[in-house]
Amino acid sequence: MIETASPPRSAAAPLITQRRRTIAANLHAIFSIAAYVFLYAPILILVLFSFTTDAFGARLTGFTFSWYAQLIEDKRLMSATINTLQVGLVSTIVSTAIGTTMALAMERFRFRGRTGVDALLYLPVVIPEIVMALSLLAFFAFGFQILEGLFNISLRNGLVTVIISHIAFSISFVVIVVRASLKGFDRRLEEAAQDLGANEWQTFWRITFPIILPGIIGGALLAFTISLDDFVISFFTTGPGVNLLPVEVYSQVKRSITPKINAISTLMLLASMTLVMLSQAVQRKR
Amino acid sequence: MAIQSAPHNEPTRQLEQRIQRTQRAQLGGLLGPGLFWLIAFFALPLVVIVVYSFMTPGSTGRPELPFTLSNYGRLFTEELFVNAYIRSLWMGFVTTVLCLLIGYPLALFVVQAPPRWQTVLLFLVLIPFWTNFLVRTYAWMIILQNNGLLNGLIQWLGFPRQTLLNTDGAVLTGLVYGQLPFMVLPLYASIERFDFTLMEAASDLGASKRQAFLRIMLPLTMPGVAAGSVLVFIPTVGQFVVSDLLGGAKVDLLGNLLQRLFQRSNPPNWPLGSAMALIFMLVLTIGVIVYFRNTTEQDR
Repeated sequence: MIETASPPRSAAAPLITQRRRTIAANLHAIFSIAAYVFLYAPILILVLFSFTTDAFGARLTGFTFSWYAQLIEDKRLMSATINTLQVGLVSTIVSTAIGTTMALAMERFRFRGRTGVDALLYLPVVIPEIVMALSLLAFFAFGFQILEGLFNISLRNGLVTVIISHIAFSISFVVIVVRASLKGFDRRLEEAAQDLGANEWQTFWRITFPIILPGIIGGALLAFTISLDDFVISFFTTGPGVNLLPVEVYSQVKRSITPKINAISTLMLLASMTLVMLSQAVQRKR
Repeated sequence: MAIQSAPHNEPTRQLEQRIQRTQRAQLGGLLGPGLFWLIAFFALPLVVIVVYSFMTPGSTGRPELPFTLSNYGRLFTEELFVNAYIRSLWMGFVTTVLCLLIGYPLALFVVQAPPRWQTVLLFLVLIPFWTNFLVRTYAWMIILQNNGLLNGLIQWLGFPRQTLLNTDGAVLTGLVYGQLPFMVLPLYASIERFDFTLMEAASDLGASKRQAFLRIMLPLTMPGVAAGSVLVFIPTVGQFVVSDLLGGAKVDLLGNLLQRLFQRSNPPNWPLGSAMALIFMLVLTIGVIVYFRNTTEQDR
């Protein structure tokens, strides 16, 4: 009884589940592609509308490069760009140097308070950006007040305060990337060098440094990207008369939407994408 | 044994001490600059706002003596602030759930893709992750503005023009859009490590697909879910760019209120802002700890 009843069922059942499975897989693929469209459509639209002739940037009425040409004439935008590049370069150099040595200390030494330093390193990454920005704003105001009271020097927020702040949040990112490159490090190479008579200094520069260099460059590029793109911290730590690119874009966006902002935005996107790809390529080479 | 090793031990100990001393100097040199920077320009500023939060706002909004608890009192009693907290946490929660609902299938799709495609698909998620957040938010302003693309589409379909910008929906869209990569990356890492033969085993034992997912896969990928949720939730609650640009002044998150307390309101109120920022951090930290504890317990 049972045997005669089962063959037709078992023949049909896999067919149905098979079909259901393909439908589910297709739905899954369509959903995922839609998610990618969701991620990229706004970026593509932004780029597309940087070439429109419509002054309100709402319709595609024709093709022009004129918005890009206008960027060069915008003095505020140009000085903001130069400031941003300066901040990015200085903060990257300092945070990479500090971060690399810190990564070495964290990976190579066991010491008391190591967990505490670890926490201090990860906190800037997880803390809400605005809390860090506001605390820096309060800190600089407080510090300047004390300096004025003690030495009668009056200081204001400006490029220096922005650079100090950018270094403070970049260090953690550099440390994370460099530590990752130290993790897979074969320490026998260093022992071999020292067995062959190299001192510690030579061992570091001839063996350790070249091997972790991709990690250091990757960390530096990351720090540079984050610095260029940062809005919140720059917004709260910069001073009167000192403009930074994201802050300037923000204040222009608040006024009106124009294809000129699309043009500068496109260039900013291009810059960070290039930097990220470089950073990835350098780290993958290892 | 003991007598024999005693004379031998003395120079060894000296050598050990010397090695220890140089090692300590090395450690100090390596760790010192970074530690100084993080303490001076990260930890100390936090201490400053802790102190500020107990001070009295002066006429310009700057903190003055005497010390007081009234800032904290205001935060817990005045409707404006209580509502801002509830609202921000709610928006953060909805954003996190939406990111999870989109991010989980997407991460699974990347894991199940042919190996050749995996790197590319993952990299495509990674790119927006590192591109300018402000610019990506601005892109939605172009789409959602009154005479923008979406309204063009709506009118073309024969519907009346809608107010899309400066709504809760616009802010949620912007938040999900901005945070989605933060959800996908940890989920991908977690799902990639998942042993898919377990799903076959479950179905061989008679579990339906849904049962197998809920009982096997979801619990085992919970660390990714937890990490992703935290990475999405924290920045969302502190947002002020997305809510400012896509919500106008109508959709306030904690970040907007904080910004106004420090800069815009007339007069500003730094002590109150400091107290608000600290409570915000405290709530988040407790939330994150509770969340991680619960999710990892399920894991066991």
